[in-house]
Amino acid sequence: MGLASTLRAYPTLLRIGLAQMIAYRAEFLIWILTTNMPLVMMGLWTGVAADGLVGRFNQRDFIAYYLAVLAIRILTNNWLVWELTMEIRQGALAARLLRPIHPLVAYSAMHLSALPIRALVITPIVGVLIWSSGDLLTAGDPAMLAVFVSSIAGAWLILFLTMLIIGTLALYIDSAMSVFDLWLAIHFVLSGYLVPLELLPSWVEPIAMALPFRYTLAFPVEILIGKMSLEVGLSHLATQWMFVLGLGVSASLLWRAGMRRFVAFGG
Amino acid sequence: MIEVRALAKSFKVFKRPAGLGPAIRSLFHRKFETVEALRGLSFDIAAGECVGFLGPNGAGKTTALKILSGLLYPTAGTVRVGDFVPQNRETAFLKNITLVMGQKQQLLWDLPPAETFAMNRAIYDLPRREADETEALLVELLDCKELIQKPTRQLSLGERMKCELVAALLHRPKVLFLDEPTIGLDVSMQARMREFVQKYNQTFGATILLTSHYMEDVTALCPRVIVIDKGRLLYDDTLRALTRRLRPERHVAIRLSAPVQSVALPPGASIMRQTQSEFVLSVAIDQINDVVRFALAQLPVADLTIEDPPLEDVMRGLFAEGKTA
Repeated sequence: MGLASTLRAYPTLLRIGLAQMIAYRAEFLIWILTTNMPLVMMGLWTGVAADGLVGRFNQRDFIAYYLAVLAIRILTNNWLVWELTMEIRQGALAARLLRPIHPLVAYSAMHLSALPIRALVITPIVGVLIWSSGDLLTAGDPAMLAVFVSSIAGAWLILFLTMLIIGTLALYIDSAMSVFDLWLAIHFVLSGYLVPLELLPSWVEPIAMALPFRYTLAFPVEILIGKMSLEVGLSHLATQWMFVLGLGVSASLLWRAGMRRFVAFGG
Repeated sequence: MIEVRALAKSFKVFKRPAGLGPAIRSLFHRKFETVEALRGLSFDIAAGECVGFLGPNGAGKTTALKILSGLLYPTAGTVRVGDFVPQNRETAFLKNITLVMGQKQQLLWDLPPAETFAMNRAIYDLPRREADETEALLVELLDCKELIQKPTRQLSLGERMKCELVAALLHRPKVLFLDEPTIGLDVSMQARMREFVQKYNQTFGATILLTSHYMEDVTALCPRVIVIDKGRLLYDDTLRALTRRLRPERHVAIRLSAPVQSVALPPGASIMRQTQSEFVLSVAIDQINDVVRFALAQLPVADLTIEDPPLEDVMRGLFAEGKTA
């Protein structure tokens, strides 16, 4: 399908995706609300910071950090790996492959269509963030805001492409979900989900910098709460989009090769 | 329109016996076996033909249909559908074909079928007017106007299958691969589906390759059949020629207007079933005229019909022949 036809089809795909999302609204909301670990960590670290600074963080910084983590995590997370693994194992992917639109375009529309509801869910969190830490936020500076918005788009793409790559592994190995579990464990540490990266041992820093995890969460969070200068932010943004490009190429190659192995069992 | 040459497809399948021991052993040592689903299959189908694709379970029919529709890559051999090589999955190819599987669905489960139709209109980039016309025609032919606004999950199997066909045919594909499209449907719904497929074939001049375990589907729709078993071609010709070759007799059913105790049959005829008011005779094909003449002259005939043997019997004969060949 050409680019023009894809663009013409995309609004309908987004509308249908949203309609499906609304059909599952209770399940979807519960799934989103299970993302509560940042609140636990916020309680823990504000307690630790009661006696003074922890690195560069005081109590208000921790509150701002974890509220931003929670909001950005809810906004950018996706469930593609479960969906793709199931569709490959059960052969349901066949129905998508028969349509003259690339399945990855269809998946992207379905996941992007969740954004309005996700945005709705994070509205109160963002409200509390502004109320509690409005003076720390950099969103008033147009340049920082532009970097932040771009970093959110980059984070969404890195997560989407990573889930795509892991899900596509179901074409090669019996259980891609175990790979996902491993990825998730590393992601929790190296993305800044549990602890701000600068509070981790110093030897972790170069590892975190060389891997894409930090660009899914810590980078946009640090931009938002003023823990990163514009200059450093722009440099990180360039690195983030290099990861997007690399993951996009890898996902495409893996998908093409994997299609030769698709057996469409049961479908 | 469809050209298949020396098509082969094999799958590597993990094999282990049931039980805890074999499960633990399989952690360290896995046994795989190669299943050859298709072994050198060749055939051609002309544009506009409606062909039955038959074979016992595991013969390789669905695998062949999946290769023809571009879902699977062949291990060896070549396939062309129109101007396309299916596994390249070009947009123009996908816009020209459809694969309907009776046991699988493309309808969006939680939304009404109308939403799937809207999605397909967008994906196939159909002009609004053409899509409106086609949808209206298909909905009318399948009598499913009342169904398309209800959530798919609330529809019965037969109702879903009707909507499934509308979704699959909205883009007016020129080539239809139908894999058990009437499976699980009641008799009247099966008849309706057959009628619909026939009308679609006539209206749009579509090429149809149909698999079905219901021989009524094949008899009603397919003048020609391709029969495969264990991935190999067993037969490719008209249904009539197959019947003639394997069961060169006809069934003559005679309903009597008055009871008859016994009758001396002419040569070439034998009684298959007899009651006081009805005979069913098996008659050699070259003796049909003599037997009919005899019956009309000697018996109080109320009704007389001449039929081919049931296709199920013919197929059983063919598979038995294939096993001994």
